[in-house]
Amino acid sequence: MTAPIPFPTRPQPVVALRRFTRRFGRNTVIDGLDLEIAEGEFVALLGRSGSGKTTLLRTLAGLDGPSEGEVRVPKSRAVVFQDARLLPWQRVWRNVVLGLGGRDARERAEKALAEVGLDHRADAWPLTLSGGEAQRAALARALVREPKVLLLDEPFAALDALTRIQMHDLVLGLWRRHRPAVLLITHDIDEAIALADRVLVLDGGRIVAEEQITDARPRSPDAALRHRLLARLGVTHASSPAVHDAWARAAE
Amino acid sequence: MATILPHDDSRRPLLVRIGGARWVSPLVLLVLWEIGARTGLIPARTLAAPSAVLATMGEMIASGELGHNVLVSLGRAGVGLAIGLLVGGLLAVVAGLSRRGEAAIDSPVQMLRTLPTLALTPLFIVWFGIGETPKIVLIAVATTFPVYLNLYNGIRGVDARLIEAARAFGLTQGQIIRDVVLPGALPSLLVGLRYALSISILILVVAEQINASSGLGYLINNARDFMRTDIIVVCLMVYAALGLGADAVVRLIERRSLVWRPTILEARS
Repeated sequence: MTAPIPFPTRPQPVVALRRFTRRFGRNTVIDGLDLEIAEGEFVALLGRSGSGKTTLLRTLAGLDGPSEGEVRVPKSRAVVFQDARLLPWQRVWRNVVLGLGGRDARERAEKALAEVGLDHRADAWPLTLSGGEAQRAALARALVREPKVLLLDEPFAALDALTRIQMHDLVLGLWRRHRPAVLLITHDIDEAIALADRVLVLDGGRIVAEEQITDARPRSPDAALRHRLLARLGVTHASSPAVHDAWARAAE
Repeated sequence: MATILPHDDSRRPLLVRIGGARWVSPLVLLVLWEIGARTGLIPARTLAAPSAVLATMGEMIASGELGHNVLVSLGRAGVGLAIGLLVGGLLAVVAGLSRRGEAAIDSPVQMLRTLPTLALTPLFIVWFGIGETPKIVLIAVATTFPVYLNLYNGIRGVDARLIEAARAFGLTQGQIIRDVVLPGALPSLLVGLRYALSISILILVVAEQINASSGLGYLINNARDFMRTDIIVVCLMVYAALGLGADAVVRLIERRSLVWRPTILEARS
């Protein structure tokens, strides 16, 4: 690539999008988007519905192509969707190794399931799993492929608050052990702040804000950062004039 | 304050308990029928007595007459059904999986299915004569449609999100068809199979009236000529048993192949 690398401190990007544009008919969903994700980096992408999040994820997952621009994603990638999307007619362990051959398939599936704490459900039918269990199985299915890039499409949005917190810890643990680059798509600001190295805000098909977070995890709430991101998502609290001040400071 | 006592059946009078059971009224009808026949109220040429029917059935089984003819009929239904399943299944797979296949297959099939199959009988007799062929072809044609329609809808109704997930995990087109599309369409195929089975018996009844020299239809035609209502009733009972048996077969297949469905899971546990 001949383009200047915007963050010279970061290692070689594993995902690189340049002037990526996607149109459906006359409707431009993604408009000249530049994005790089470094090896092992945890990036969260915030956006309202209709901001182009899903289109971006589908492109990175290889399910859709760009109308214009350049998209570089390694073949070694895996997705966890908001709904677990397990095949209901295959037992859990077979879902985990879906599309992977090999005689040690069962063994590999069990190992991955053990990592997400679901090895006791290896022989269960997916429709008997709870929402949290199904998402764990989906995580195991992604992990077992040892992906360079892990794409998470609002994977915790449908879970209850307590399960979500457990899943956050689980994902962080798995990320530390396997070190894939992660792109987490979410509309939950607290989730983005708790997990990611870098938070991007997508709006109208462009990245309109970017925040590096260097604090060690687990993180204490950062009200100023939260307000800045909220404002970028178009949510302003009447009760918090601090938002504008925060932006003013950030712009300086 | 009201006290709710445990419900105890044994406290109710015996007659009331028996009167509530579902098997009572059919039994009463059967007894009335027997009495009517014995007293001459129902002449044997109108309807033979249940006891006479049972006796005739015993004789027909003992002589091997019933077994042989049932097998002949089952063979016709089975071959016709197998052809119908194969043709309907193949057409549905081609139409369900490709746009071009849909364009080529779906509209002619949708047009043809509005024809009542039995209305084709004269045409088939002209084409195939009066041997075994028109009987089997009638059953094959009639069963093709329910198999096609249900499987085609099943394939088109497979959750697109599952297909997308499979694609994201790098499955090939062939793997997606084998692991996602066909298993997803299986419940619909079984609905089609259930229809096809009952239709095959329905068509069998009529097809066997075409100059048969063996089979249940032949037995009935002969019995009609000699006004043997006992034999006719025996054959009707066999048709009913075939219908029940067909249903049981599909249930068994469903229980075996759809174990992953929650309704079946719950029923088991």
